[in-house]
Amino acid sequence: MPDVRTHEPDDHDNAYAGLLVNDTHWAFGTDFEDPLAGVDTTVPDGVDPATLAAYCLMLGDDALVLSQRLAEWCSNAPDLEEDIALSNIALDLLGQARLLLARAAAADGSQVPALPDGSPVPDEDRLAFFRDAPQFRNVRLVEVPGGDFAQTVVRILLFSSWRLALLDRLTRSRDGVLAAVAAKAVKELTYHRDFAGRWFLTLARGTDESRRRLVAGLDALWPLWSELFETHDVERAAARSGIGVDPADVAADVEAVLDQVLAASGVDRPAVAPLAAVQGDGAAQPAHGRKGRDGGHTEALGALLAEMQVVARAHPGGQW
Amino acid sequence: MPAVAEPELEPGAEAQLETQLEAQFEATIGRKDRIEPRDWMPEAYRRTLVRQVAQHAHSEIIGMQPEGAWIGRAPSLRRKAILLAKVQDEAGHGLYLYSAAETLGVSRQELTEMLISGRQKYSSIFNYPTLSYADMGTIGWLVDGAAICNQVPLCRTSFGPYGRAMIRICKEESFHQRQGYELLMTMMRGTDEQRAMVQESVDRFWWPSLMMFGPPDDESPNTARSMAWGVKTHTNDELRQRFVDMTVPQAKALGVTLPDPGLVWNEERGAHDFGQPDWDEFWEVVKGNGPCNAQRVAHRKKAWDDGAWVREAALAFAAGDCRDTSGDTSGDTSGETSNETRTV
Ligand SMILES: [Fe+2]
Ligand SMILES: [Fe+2]
Repeated sequence: MPDVRTHEPDDHDNAYAGLLVNDTHWAFGTDFEDPLAGVDTTVPDGVDPATLAAYCLMLGDDALVLSQRLAEWCSNAPDLEEDIALSNIALDLLGQARLLLARAAAADGSQVPALPDGSPVPDEDRLAFFRDAPQFRNVRLVEVPGGDFAQTVVRILLFSSWRLALLDRLTRSRDGVLAAVAAKAVKELTYHRDFAGRWFLTLARGTDESRRRLVAGLDALWPLWSELFETHDVERAAARSGIGVDPADVAADVEAVLDQVLAASGVDRPAVAPLAAVQGDGAAQPAHGRKGRDGGHTEALGALLAEMQVVARAHPGGQW
Repeated sequence: MPAVAEPELEPGAEAQLETQLEAQFEATIGRKDRIEPRDWMPEAYRRTLVRQVAQHAHSEIIGMQPEGAWIGRAPSLRRKAILLAKVQDEAGHGLYLYSAAETLGVSRQELTEMLISGRQKYSSIFNYPTLSYADMGTIGWLVDGAAICNQVPLCRTSFGPYGRAMIRICKEESFHQRQGYELLMTMMRGTDEQRAMVQESVDRFWWPSLMMFGPPDDESPNTARSMAWGVKTHTNDELRQRFVDMTVPQAKALGVTLPDPGLVWNEERGAHDFGQPDWDEFWEVVKGNGPCNAQRVAHRKKAWDDGAWVREAALAFAAGDCRDTSGDTSGDTSGETSNETRTV
């Protein structure tokens, strides 16, 4: 069918003009497109594909779960500008998650859940919708329930400061896909950190009520902060083979950024202890107990996934 | 009141001036030129516009809820991104329209308070529930589609800021419509359950979509004057007919049945004959007795009330009413929030 479109002055009077035409330039396409289409996904020499995939899942799950949390603000934010800004951040993180999950699947298909034969569900969706909570590798900071706007600002500030430092280094990954994903994400995360930094300062110096809420939000999330800098075996191996970043290496930089924001806002570092790791079942558990990267999660993740996955799981052979 | 109070005029002179201004206003309308915010306009024109633009803005914002409810459950990551971006667009539409209303001298805050206290209305379609993911497609196809039919003529409406906002909005609405239709197309190629879900959704939304054009012309009290002023350019029944004629081939291509046994092509008229929606139901929903009226307003009120402390903090911060804290605040201290909209 010829893709001929006219743009006469009155063309937009017909809301349906072109709707039946094979309109290939719809922004999201008319079919599912592999987010990594046309990208060379060969695993670099000397890199263990399983390690690369597991590492991508960690970074991808962080983004996916926080995106799901932030999207909860849609139609609920303090004003329209914040509603739009929070959706923007959620969309950016969702985009990062899609690329990272697709990268994981392309590196090691054995980590992708199997579905009945002939199921058209693409790999990124199998990973997002058909894994259970213990298979998610995200840090616990992103999964706990949202709290109020102040706590949301704190979470975005903590998360984006950390992730920006990580992905900034990841732009030099030996894996070309990860390096490209990181380069795109760095721009987005810089905006997220600015948004959160501006609001942190605004709330700290706004009213007594906003300051009280901000400090409460910081106290509530602080126990989950140090987990972000603990090195998981997968991260250590990924860093060693030149594809990943050891989070312990960015701790000093990130803490310095945070100290700057806290100082400008006149807010002290909370005196709150980190959330403990929890020993799990089975012999394969690490001796130090399990945290988010090991699949050890809070109660909140299961409920979040139950909502996120309900429609997809009801239609394992469906296409969307 | 016209903004020409000084110097004080004799009562007779004032009346004469008003007649003159009114003649100029009518001439501008007659030439189909735009009325701009600083132009003189009859008070009733201003009131009509505020009512219409506010109602439209509220519809965009309330309209975020029925679809927003499914973002968390979108069955693929690609659909989640599409839906989130769409609902975000609707927030942007609300922003443009509240800004247009502001040029008429009413603030977003005043209008929001009118909405949550029930003194201003929004489109009744959003008082219907969304019960399956197929509704995300049907709303795009039929509801955004009907909205476009209503709104495209408004791009030429007589009030400048409203018309310009509508041009921008209509472009995005037609994009939403295509995405909705594309979701339904994809689902129709899927499983039997998915096809049934699409049909069930179309069955529920068909009649409320027809109601979106408003009551039949002989029961629409404001139509005649709004048309004379160029605020409205087509009657409700004209737009409804146009919508039905455009939708029928779409439904056929999709493979769904529109739930109206009276829907047939009338060769003589060159248009489809079709049944009337249940207008008693329509008026019940308008009066506030629809399935979701109370829920929608309560949701908006909660978001607004819960956000009050944030808006107060931003005002206090911007006013320089800062707390006495030490430290360098250079860098990202504008205190302004981004309202960047994304039109993916
Ligand atoms: Fe809209
Ligand atoms: Fe829309």
